[in-house]
Amino acid sequence: MSEYLDLFLTFARVGGLTFGGGYAMLPILEREICTNKNWAKPEELMDYYAIGQCTPGIIAVNLATFIGKQKKGILGGIIATIGVVFPSLVIITLIAALISNFSDLLWVKNAFAGIRICVCVLIFNSVIKLFKNSVKDVFTFIIFLAVALGSVFLDISPIIYIIVAGILGAVIKSLSVGSQIEKEEK
Amino acid sequence: MLFLKLFFEFFKTGLFSIGGGLATVPFLQDISAKTGWFSFHDLADMIAVAESTPGPLGVNMATYVGYTTGLSQYGLAGGILGAAIATLGLVVPSIIVILIIAFFLSKFKDNKYVKAVFYGLRPASVGLISAAGIGIVLIAFFNAKNIYSLANGINFKVEHFILAAVILIASRWIPKVKDLHPICFILFAAVVGVVFNFAA
Repeated sequence: MSEYLDLFLTFARVGGLTFGGGYAMLPILEREICTNKNWAKPEELMDYYAIGQCTPGIIAVNLATFIGKQKKGILGGIIATIGVVFPSLVIITLIAALISNFSDLLWVKNAFAGIRICVCVLIFNSVIKLFKNSVKDVFTFIIFLAVALGSVFLDISPIIYIIVAGILGAVIKSLSVGSQIEKEEK
Repeated sequence: MLFLKLFFEFFKTGLFSIGGGLATVPFLQDISAKTGWFSFHDLADMIAVAESTPGPLGVNMATYVGYTTGLSQYGLAGGILGAAIATLGLVVPSIIVILIIAFFLSKFKDNKYVKAVFYGLRPASVGLISAAGIGIVLIAFFNAKNIYSLANGINFKVEHFILAAVILIASRWIPKVKDLHPICFILFAAVVGVVFNFAA
């Protein structure tokens, strides 16, 4: 029971402390899930992001379901998901009920202009860490660079990048495993 | 029955919108046109509120739409119920799909082909996140929608770069401070934003 409560509270914290979309959640997730709780390794977090980006639904929910399921089975996945949406439910309902034109308030606009700057830096820090864990040789560096530049300059769905990168990974690995066997035979 | 329809509409949104929270916007436009629960103008307000509150964007949108729709027909209780039902509708497809994938992944995670696929997926995932980060940089620093908007002229404020530099140094190199929870930096940035009128 207490483990489920822990899952709920941890993901409620992640949901409540995330400002922006699923990508802005990354620094918070990394701190709460990888550093504090040790529920996933940073490179596993990348696997979950990859899957979350090419499956239906919003990334934040996909990640919560995934980590919850890996930790405590189906019920764990459901509880983590309820946790991550719970703060939104409370905060949005309160704001919608009590404050009209919340987003037009000057202090809210100013605060979020500051927060966006901070989120850029935090995502940068996370990307550096994840880069070290995921980009290990020249092939993975090329995949990283191609996907990063491609999605900045072109309007192609992330699904395409994920599928192509997965296929490339399988091809490169099986080729390099093959060449290793050849070497050993010589 | 309004609540059943709310659930169904957001179930569809959750099932077909792939990617970040903003991927839900076209579906919400469709709901607006079809049901008249809210206007396009309301939708713009909803996006603004969803972006100015904690929590994932898509969830915030669903909660907001559910609340306003329920409220307009059944009062406050209807609003709260509507918020919960719309959010539930949005997350149910994710839960089902991800549980199935997670089941197979934990079964085959030591399979060499699965490992090989993830060898390619991880750098792609980091690449996508980097690109999303660059997208946020464009909005936060240059008020530009995408990289091509920069061609129309580059506008920026020095204060924004100073804040970024301060947070970068503090969160990477200053002992003890760099281990603070990310929310500390976010709160600091919010205060700086208010004090120095960052949105002006």
